[in-house]
Amino acid sequence: MAEVPLSRGTRAGLPPAVEVPGESALARALWGVRAYGFIAAMWVRSTMVYRASFAIMLLGSFAMTALDFVGIMIMFSHVDALGGFSLHEVALLYGTSATSLGLADLVLGSFDRVGTRVRDGTMDTMLVRPVPALAQVAADRFALRRLGRVAQSGLVLCWALSGVELVGSPLTPLLLAVTVLSGAAVFGAVFVVGGAFQFWAQDAAEVQNSFTYGGATMLEFPPTVFAKDLVRGVTFVIPLAFVNWLPVLRMLGRDDPLRLPGWVDFAGPAVAVACCALAGLAWRAGLRAYRSTGS
Amino acid sequence: MTDDFIVLEGLEKVFQVRRKAGLLRRERQEVRAVDGISFTVARGEMVGYIGPNGAGKSTTIKMLTGILTPSGGRLRVAGIDPSRERSRLARRIGVVFGQRTTLWWDLPLRDSYALVRRMYRIPEARFRTNLDRCVELLDLGRLLEVPVRQLSLGQRMRGDIAAALLHDPEVLYLDEPTIGLDVVSKATVRRFLSDLNSAEGTTVLLTTHDLTDIEQLCKRVMVIDHGRLMYDGALGGLHEVGESERMLVVDLERELPPIDGIEGTRTVRTEGPRQWLAFPASASAAPIVSRVAEEYPLVDLSVREPDIEDVIARMYTGR
Repeated sequence: MAEVPLSRGTRAGLPPAVEVPGESALARALWGVRAYGFIAAMWVRSTMVYRASFAIMLLGSFAMTALDFVGIMIMFSHVDALGGFSLHEVALLYGTSATSLGLADLVLGSFDRVGTRVRDGTMDTMLVRPVPALAQVAADRFALRRLGRVAQSGLVLCWALSGVELVGSPLTPLLLAVTVLSGAAVFGAVFVVGGAFQFWAQDAAEVQNSFTYGGATMLEFPPTVFAKDLVRGVTFVIPLAFVNWLPVLRMLGRDDPLRLPGWVDFAGPAVAVACCALAGLAWRAGLRAYRSTGS
Repeated sequence: MTDDFIVLEGLEKVFQVRRKAGLLRRERQEVRAVDGISFTVARGEMVGYIGPNGAGKSTTIKMLTGILTPSGGRLRVAGIDPSRERSRLARRIGVVFGQRTTLWWDLPLRDSYALVRRMYRIPEARFRTNLDRCVELLDLGRLLEVPVRQLSLGQRMRGDIAAALLHDPEVLYLDEPTIGLDVVSKATVRRFLSDLNSAEGTTVLLTTHDLTDIEQLCKRVMVIDHGRLMYDGALGGLHEVGESERMLVVDLERELPPIDGIEGTRTVRTEGPRQWLAFPASASAAPIVSRVAEEYPLVDLSVREPDIEDVIARMYTGR
């Protein structure tokens, strides 16, 4: 059947209202990123209407996450070292993983609302718009106050760097940045997978949180305080270990407890890319399931 | 090429529902929400889609918009398969869900519309023309700076309809557009839809529980129940299909036993000297009236047309 032409008789004099964009995967991805940008910007504008409320939320987010680290400091007021790590070294582990999580949370923190959206039917309104649902869900309720977490963990990271001596080449600062970014990508992928999972189990937001937030807490402690099997499981089941353990251990000049070959330390970006690809597939599968069941 | 804009051929949607049947055992059950529906809608038509709750109306709309993937049958909107090319179709259709807003809760209407403009990549000049038209016809002028959450239901619905039309969709789907609205808001919405259809030639498909919507807007109505199309045609034709009855109300001089023996009628009620005689809507009232006048002391009479709601209610339960 031939496609019905776009322009209508009554409006033939006017140009068509919408140009049909390229259908290539790259064009779609770029369009998704652009759409994410302007939706997020609109949310920022709308929160800025209530400036005082925004400032309080930002401070709250900062304070809540700061308490986390205060807990670790209190622990160190009783012991000098945890599993052979000094306070500054633990702070480095904490700072890298918390910054990664904070960045992922800032960019993709809305994925725990997929279940709610499915239940109240607002998912449908996203599916009738010409913007990828992934971009819409990600940008939904974009909250700049989540910068509080990033700021707090960034400060801890800076403080840690002032107190430890990193071994390695002049490239170590670059490695640190790459570590934080690929960590953020891995956390982001977990957020997306968690969101996709909610298409099947709509109350799964808590399960997802135990993976992401629980996983982050574990990374904030040195690996030697955990049992070996647990460490192995975390390395392979959820590659969160790549977020900071292996690269940071390398930077601190320590051996990792599993004695993996040395190149594994630098596999972070590759793992991050693989995680994102898997997350993309999981999201597509989830969306397909939703569209065949409608619930 | 025919101008069949929307084409459904044996469209089906089957849901697998799991039910608990005992402690661990779960039964799988098939629910045929849409069970082989076929119809076509021409460009520029305005069609009402009615049926009881759970009849499959919303499921059909969701398949037409590409939200749901059909389990069987064939479906084309403007030549596009909605489930396969959802985002391409999205630029050519407008959707209004009566029960939930497509607007952004915390944003003023104006910002919501700005976001819609960017999402649909509407050229600035076209956007302004369309917005001005909607603002004028839907009386949104004073509401543009108000956050959506502060709008009343009727205001929000008008805002939603405007949002669905800014990108000049060729077809507009409305799922319960007048649900919960007051009389004035309903009238505004109906007038607007009617103008849109006649002036712009926009194809409109609306589901509703309110038959006044259909009576005032749609030349064509489709009745769906249990996922099947029960009726497709003019609203008036429902009477014949639904075997509806007209009612002859007669006032006699005095209280008498129920009138009996007049062909094609049955007495359904008596109340003192007044009696109600039902007869098929397709039959003429004249011979019945003359026979009653011959055989009974007739004082006064009136004929009541069947209530369309009763007709449809009978269709729902009649199977």
